Amino acid sequence: MKLTVWTYEGPPHVGAMRVATAMKGLHYVLHAPQGDTYADLLFTMIERRNHRPPVTYTTFQARDLGADTAMLFKTACRDAYDRFRPQAMIVGASCTAELIQDDPGGMAEAMELPVPVIALDLPSYQRKENFGADEALFQITRALARPVDRTERVSCNLIGPTALGFRHRDDVTELTRLLSDMGVDVNVVAPLEATPADIARLGAAHFNVLMYPETGESACRWMERELGLPFTRTVPIGVGATRDFVAEVAELTGLAPRLDTKRLRLPWYTASVDSTYLTGKRVFIFGDGTYVVSAARIARDEMGFEVVGMGCYNREQARAVRRVASDFGLSALITDDYLDVEAAIADLAPELILGTQMERHIGKRLGIPCAVISAPVHVQDFPARYSPQMGLEGANVIFDTWVHPLVMGLEEHLLHMFRDDFEFHDDAGASHHGGPAVPRSKAAPDPTPAVVDGAADPGTVIWLAEAESELRKVPFFVRGKARRNTEAFAHDRGQHEISVETLYEAKAHYAR
Amino acid sequence: MTGRVPSCAEIPVLRQRGQREVFCGLTSIIWLHRKMQDAFFLVVGSRTCAHLLQSAAGVMIFAEPRFGTAVLEETDLAGMADAQDEIDREVERLLSRRTDIRRLFLVGSCPSEVIKLDLSKAAERLSRKYAPQVRVLNFSGSGIETTFTEGEDACLAAMVPDLPETDDRQLLMVGALPDVVQDQALSLLDQLGIGPVTVLPSMRADDSVGVGANTVVAITQPFLGETCAALERRGARHIAATFPFGEVGTTAWLRAIADEFGLSDALFERVTEAPRARARSAVARASEVLRDRSVFFFPDSQLEIPLARFLTTECGMRAVEIGAPYIHRQLVGPDLAMIPEGPVLSEGQDVDLQLDRARAARADLTVCGLGLANPLEAEGLTTKWAIELVFTPVHFYEQAGDLAGLFARPLRRRDMLRVAAE
Repeated sequence: MKLTVWTYEGPPHVGAMRVATAMKGLHYVLHAPQGDTYADLLFTMIERRNHRPPVTYTTFQARDLGADTAMLFKTACRDAYDRFRPQAMIVGASCTAELIQDDPGGMAEAMELPVPVIALDLPSYQRKENFGADEALFQITRALARPVDRTERVSCNLIGPTALGFRHRDDVTELTRLLSDMGVDVNVVAPLEATPADIARLGAAHFNVLMYPETGESACRWMERELGLPFTRTVPIGVGATRDFVAEVAELTGLAPRLDTKRLRLPWYTASVDSTYLTGKRVFIFGDGTYVVSAARIARDEMGFEVVGMGCYNREQARAVRRVASDFGLSALITDDYLDVEAAIADLAPELILGTQMERHIGKRLGIPCAVISAPVHVQDFPARYSPQMGLEGANVIFDTWVHPLVMGLEEHLLHMFRDDFEFHDDAGASHHGGPAVPRSKAAPDPTPAVVDGAADPGTVIWLAEAESELRKVPFFVRGKARRNTEAFAHDRGQHEISVETLYEAKAHYAR
Repeated sequence: MTGRVPSCAEIPVLRQRGQREVFCGLTSIIWLHRKMQDAFFLVVGSRTCAHLLQSAAGVMIFAEPRFGTAVLEETDLAGMADAQDEIDREVERLLSRRTDIRRLFLVGSCPSEVIKLDLSKAAERLSRKYAPQVRVLNFSGSGIETTFTEGEDACLAAMVPDLPETDDRQLLMVGALPDVVQDQALSLLDQLGIGPVTVLPSMRADDSVGVGANTVVAITQPFLGETCAALERRGARHIAATFPFGEVGTTAWLRAIADEFGLSDALFERVTEAPRARARSAVARASEVLRDRSVFFFPDSQLEIPLARFLTTECGMRAVEIGAPYIHRQLVGPDLAMIPEGPVLSEGQDVDLQLDRARAARADLTVCGLGLANPLEAEGLTTKWAIELVFTPVHFYEQAGDLAGLFARPLRRRDMLRVAAE
């Protein structure tokens, strides 16, 4: 057993739901107890879908346990087929049904429904949501895709976008445009908006674009083997990655690497003088492996930040993240326990966090600005406006999103100059963030994070009152770092007290 | 009343079995842990349970909540012998980290019930180990046994055998209410001179709540059937009444208690006159848009019957169908008897067939869960999402206007918006 409060990923059948809900003409019959229908509202509320997910749950109850549950499953299958007339069905079990061992696959097969029925075996007690999505798409592809004649013009499939995917809707639009500029058509997007009939003609493409490895890689590998479709390895998030992606597509197709950068603004924005203050800002990156790898490159090479920590919650991407982290001279944090992430952030005291909904809350608690770069996300990250992460417009969106939570350059200087100003004091917060900051009592020390499990208390070092009040003059957005640097500096020198002088010696020591 | 109008109490109930679109009882932990300030709810379940709590708790999950899930792993399923040791270890870690916990609930889930994990044995063993500092109790919030608010029922019922015996003549008020509402209720009872009044669930473990043969029970939530039965087994007596929704419901609820304690009409009038007038005028204002409109209830929390009673008798609405996950006649009988016959009364659900009925009825307002609300809005139906009725202060006089307002708002909004959704 493992005590869990927050979970970055749902169970694997939620991943399969993300594939089923993304598609059209496909129905999922899920053997599950009453109550598991809660997952519907992830789609109807967070993603604001205007239809019910195409999922029938058997919703068995205690009185059904025993032979009855198998009967329930068959009835649910039959009713779902009769009512929805899907082109294909997927069947499987949720974590509880896995324990009662009814074998949905075998039962559905014995029913001889007039459409393909694909059984999903999702180990609920070992794997998680992303695996469920990847496995579902792989099984659907394996069951339905067949070798077919290639399209006359060069075309590709976009593989991996699902329901509840972070910015998947707009990434598809952006990539379609980018490929069209090169003269590449999109044959099928899968699973998003694809029908089972579309899956059957995946093989007509010349190659696959693997948009999201965590939800599309198994299907791409199978298609490479069975249908002779090569797939792209670069995820085009960020300017450099987009250029590399274009080069990769050119190599795969023999077409010229055309990239129309008229719409691209990130390079100029990040070169303009107001961005100078971004130089060396310390950033911590956490989320889904694919986004973390992309974000690290953008942060260092395109924004001029210093990446001080990175990690991911999905083990499937651990190797890739570790490799990139070591390029950055870091060791990757691979964990699905948010307390570990919180401890790492508290310890590093970055000036910006790039993460998930969870890191947004950690940032709020520690008073560190945060921008969201990865699922899991809340309703505000399924925006009405066009906001891809991929391609050229994606780069523009990312620049705005990451810079917004930071105190703007000019304001930062004013805060330095007038740090004791009556209206610029800490509790006023940054002027463009809207809403008053939570007032803090003057007597209270600034909010250092509570000691988290396993984090050592640097209690061996005491702040003298004068040093403490001097520290309070340091602007709030760098104070956490100043506190830690000073404590580390004192600790290294075997000092047990921190005076004003120690504070400034440390400042000089760490000057950059 | 002259010439009795036939009511919903006499009509046959439509019972269909099929797919049910409801929450499981674990969901009630979301509000129970706020009410019981020294309690921790430890669900023994799967990743699905943790994911459900997270999805339902929204942002509350970040307020250092006093609930969590001990997620079962492969090893727990392979050998049942060590499951008790695993629970002991996790509880030990938890209690050493959270020394403020005085009550610990081991909450059963579908997976733990299916593999017959004996949580009651674990609770007894741990209670012995951590007494008197921490009391460990057990109930099930599994979907196979409980629907949404029945989780609170199971939790409170589990606490009843544990209550000390008392022969005092007392009123026990049962049901978790928002603090502001509970204070209003206690203040009204106090003004009526009724006492002593105790509340279940109590805010803290030390609050003395006893039960015995001289205890009378007033219930504030319609889903507390098991708890009511458990209290009756301890010798207490239930005071039957409509639930305190709206002016009429609140007055009838108080009236039943006043009669039990033999209060004079004059005193009752004097205490209730002003809040009654306030509630009546607030409801009248808020329900202008509701008058003569139809309403369709999907099953969710068992609040459907008392709320339909409020909407039909106080707001001038017409009920087309009143769906409830379970109908506990002893508790909702008085409300049912006030609803004129006409609507379909359904218990349980086959959601696709019920959706067919809702589409055919095209009620002016459809009350349903969040899995159905947006899809039905997209079909041109106006919906009120039901969960809010559990999470918002809606009981008693001062909330009567707000309660009508919750139902009025979607209709007012529909009238305001000038751009149609595609």
